[in-house]
Amino acid sequence: MSAEKTADLRVNVAGLRMKNPVIAASGTFGFGREYAEYFDLSLLGGISVKGLTLEPRMGNRPPRIAETPAGVLNSVGLQNPGVHRFIEREIPFLRQYDVAVIANASGSTVADYEAIVEILSDADVDCIELNLSCPNVRQGGMTFGSSACGITEVVTAVRKKCRKPLMVKLTPNVTDITEIARASEAAGADSLSLINTVLGMAIDIETRRPVLGNTVGGLSGPAVKPIALRMVWQVARAVAIPVVGMGGISSGSDAVAFMLAGASAVMIGTAGFVDPMVWPRTIGEITEYLDKHGFSGAGKLTGALELW
Amino acid sequence: MHLEQVAGMEWLSPDVIRMVLKSERLVSSAKPGQFLNVRCGDSYRAYLRRPISICDVNRESGTADIVFQVRGAGTELLAGVKPGEFVDVMGPLGNPFKPVQPGGSMVVVGGGIGSFPLLLLLRTMPEVRRKALLGFRSHEAVVLEEAFASNSERLEIATDDGSHGQAGFATNLLERCLEQEKPDCVYVCGPLPMMKAAVGICMHHDVAVQVSMEQRMGCGVGACLVCACKTRDGEGFAYTHVCREGPVFDGREIVFD
Ligand SMILES: Cc1cc2nc3c(=O)[nH]c(=O)nc-3n(C[C@H](O)[C@H](O)[C@H](O)COP(=O)(O)OP(=O)(O)OC[C@H]3O[C@@H](n4cnc5c(N)ncnc54)[C@H](O)[C@@H]3O)c2cc1C
Ligand SMILES: Cc1cc2nc3c(=O)[nH]c(=O)nc-3n(C[C@H](O)[C@H](O)[C@H](O)COP(=O)(O)O)c2cc1C
Ligand code: FES
Repeated sequence: MSAEKTADLRVNVAGLRMKNPVIAASGTFGFGREYAEYFDLSLLGGISVKGLTLEPRMGNRPPRIAETPAGVLNSVGLQNPGVHRFIEREIPFLRQYDVAVIANASGSTVADYEAIVEILSDADVDCIELNLSCPNVRQGGMTFGSSACGITEVVTAVRKKCRKPLMVKLTPNVTDITEIARASEAAGADSLSLINTVLGMAIDIETRRPVLGNTVGGLSGPAVKPIALRMVWQVARAVAIPVVGMGGISSGSDAVAFMLAGASAVMIGTAGFVDPMVWPRTIGEITEYLDKHGFSGAGKLTGALELW
Repeated sequence: MHLEQVAGMEWLSPDVIRMVLKSERLVSSAKPGQFLNVRCGDSYRAYLRRPISICDVNRESGTADIVFQVRGAGTELLAGVKPGEFVDVMGPLGNPFKPVQPGGSMVVVGGGIGSFPLLLLLRTMPEVRRKALLGFRSHEAVVLEEAFASNSERLEIATDDGSHGQAGFATNLLERCLEQEKPDCVYVCGPLPMMKAAVGICMHHDVAVQVSMEQRMGCGVGACLVCACKTRDGEGFAYTHVCREGPVFDGREIVFD
């Protein structure tokens, strides 16, 4: 009796090598410690850690979350212990596991981005994900990530300092995401990840106030999935570098859809709040799909969409 | 995550229901002040889990109770669960109340739905002198009176409109209580203005005070940082997280704005 052949899940996203294409999305998974109590982190392909800045950040005033139909709005505002504490305290923890570590980095100025990327290039991380798209910090990432010249300026500057695979995370809050994607590629990005959250708002009509302490916040979860899928598809066709897809993924079928649309790997965030086992479960479900449909490897799914 | 079987559902008032969970796991692990993050069905009407405190534990029947008020979509769906069905819970989560030494004395101050976690606290400290001061909107809102009475040496109730017990707030009862005696610790859970007032009263009388804070949550385990609560940090303040560092805090640490 010969065992059924199982598909090869390994992926290589422009130098970021992972044993499978499932990554925990930045900001929803902390530095992994909390979910290590729920499952073995070595099951994951990668972990994109909470968005880091040069100095610790306190974050925005609460409330920082509002539930909306099939999704959530958040306005955490990049609360984090700063890149140095991350390197001292969190990397050693994460390195106990066989999982790719992706450092999600943010800043308010080009100089901030250059400095943090320089520091992270000397640290034991597998990839740097540049967050140019966080909608929560005043005069922050948003100003860079929402225009092609902003992107070009930061990515060009950062590229010179970066000695790790450089992934640029795109915001959906733009008119033409392919323009931003092409600008990132031209400026030296090794790969792209998308989408970050969609700018939104919720109002409590009884108190007549915004629900979020920050007034506006970023929408994520199943509600954004069709938008994310469309953007991943458009971007994957517009650039030659690999794309990592996310936005509302809650199952293996969702993940497969993103890969068919052109993603080389996927990230999962919000769905983990509802079901912490979504990350490992999705890996199993992708494998089942590959085996059932006779794909020899996860990489074969990327862009395998049949158009009408 | 754990699937727990519902052994009973019982309305305690027109909008407050008790859900009894048959669970040796919860009976042996739940500590007073901890909460469960409960999935309210698999529809998108209530996508996120809802945090609800563990209200009581019964070793003989092997059950743990949660008691909740129907507020919006999530608690409405949860109130529709039938005995025999299963609910998906994460937890017990969060840090419990710190106990008072045996032979000591304690006062619990609860406002409305905030009184529920205090019942388990009283029950777990039989060797401590216990007083319960509870505030409700009106007579119809008073729940668990007997359970609180049988787990304390003295129970006082205040209602906003005076329709049950004394007219006024639980904090009025606390004020009077602390003028007469100084317990080793006061435990407070209720609406924010009430907790702010109660901590002020305790500080004025130089009595230790622990509070259980509420905040909107995402993950419930400390990973997403949405459940921020303003706490003292040197001269300034910091945002700590209710689900992981709380929900129980030393009352003096909280910055109530
Ligand atoms: C640690 C903790 C313990 C709690 N214990 C109890 C308890 O024992 N009994 C009880 O009746 N209630 C308790 N609550 C409050 C309870 O979580 C809310 O009433 C409930 O989430 C409301 O959900 P909903 O769908 O009915 O309301 P909706 O208003 O429709 O909820 C919308 C969103 O806001 C959140 N939300 C609304 N009100 C609150 C609130 N007060 N606190 C936190 N999140 C809120 C919901 O979780 C949901 O994500 C507790 C809250 C916390 C943080
Ligand atoms: C609470 C929360 C915090 C987040 N923080 C960050 C962050 O620090 N950096 C970042 O690049 N993206 C952050 N994101 C965006 C997610 O990484 C992801 O792009 C988005 O949520 C869409 O995926 P999802 O629907 O699977 O959650 C955050 C999202 C949430 C819900
Ligand atoms: S709810 Fe996610 S950190 Fe508290």
